[in-house]
Amino acid sequence: MAHIQVPEGIPGIRSLVMFRPETGKPLYELAQVLLRGESPLSEAERELIAAYVSHLNNCTFCASSHAAAARCLYGNEKNTVDDVLKDMQQSNVSAKLKSLLNIAGKVQVLGREVLPADIEAARKLGTVDREIHDTVLIAATFSMFNRYVDGLASFTPKDPAVYEAMGKRMAENGYVLPQPAK
Amino acid sequence: MAYIDLQNDLPGIRGPMAYSPETGKALNELAEILLHDDNNTLTRGERELIGAYVSSQNDCFFCQNVHGAMAQHYFECEMQLIDDVKKNYQSTPISNKLKALLTIAGSVQKGGKFVTADEVELAKSLGATGKEIHDTVLIAAAFCMFNRYVDGLNTWAPQDREVYVERAKMRAEDGYANMNLNK
Repeated sequence: MAHIQVPEGIPGIRSLVMFRPETGKPLYELAQVLLRGESPLSEAERELIAAYVSHLNNCTFCASSHAAAARCLYGNEKNTVDDVLKDMQQSNVSAKLKSLLNIAGKVQVLGREVLPADIEAARKLGTVDREIHDTVLIAATFSMFNRYVDGLASFTPKDPAVYEAMGKRMAENGYVLPQPAK
Repeated sequence: MAYIDLQNDLPGIRGPMAYSPETGKALNELAEILLHDDNNTLTRGERELIGAYVSSQNDCFFCQNVHGAMAQHYFECEMQLIDDVKKNYQSTPISNKLKALLTIAGSVQKGGKFVTADEVELAKSLGATGKEIHDTVLIAAAFCMFNRYVDGLNTWAPQDREVYVERAKMRAEDGYANMNLNK
């Protein structure tokens, strides 16, 4: 059970932003602009970075829901998502995306863990500033979301079908602040 | 020097916020509600102190000094008290309720699952409301983001800690929403 009295039966972050819509608004705006706004990274790649960081943070709700969104967005190549979560270095994503996932993994540990060599490696593979910026901020943002969701012990559904539906909605509609129950 | 060309010379988080104004706007709106909005039973000083404490645990020089100076401004105290809180808050004269909230914030800094029901119960027994616990967790989580954004891009930070103290009054007056990043 959640540590505070959030609406019952509502999963994860949705229950928390319904409890406190004032902070929910900028949180959903951030997710929308970061994961759906303009970026040289595809929506699928950005959702994959989010799922990867959430997986490293052991946040089942965020990892499962963003992995489901990434699978939707990868379409025919949806196996990519599970390959990366299983073993990023051995996965079939491009060397460039691996270099960005490596940076995201460093950010997950702590900002200072990102070293000039990590940035250099990404640059040699053709990464531009905006991609590095977006990768760092996505990884930092999920270091927040994961802590928010688990720090308040919000409801984490077990059924994979729930996440599949959630991922489809996230891929199709993006991030829209849920309205408080009437 | 920052890892990417931010196209500005601004220190700390203001650099990437000016580089990416759309995300910057959402980040500052979040900071405004969490730290500056007066519709809150935690004082601004208490909320800034939680931010400073978490930033110190994350070893983020810029954020711990900005928000330590903000807390110092609101508490009207010496920098020493802020430093004592960062070092060992249990031995400082802050309230037991705030200590219990800092304990929760410290657990969030390690990872969401580190927060225990006992820690939450203790805070509640000392008078903390559900909303105060919510805000404590979200402030701690948000600083785990801000700190990573600032250090993950290797932004620069003024080394003279008095610079932060001098700026705190202006930030307290202006708040975070629609912040003029160049000021």
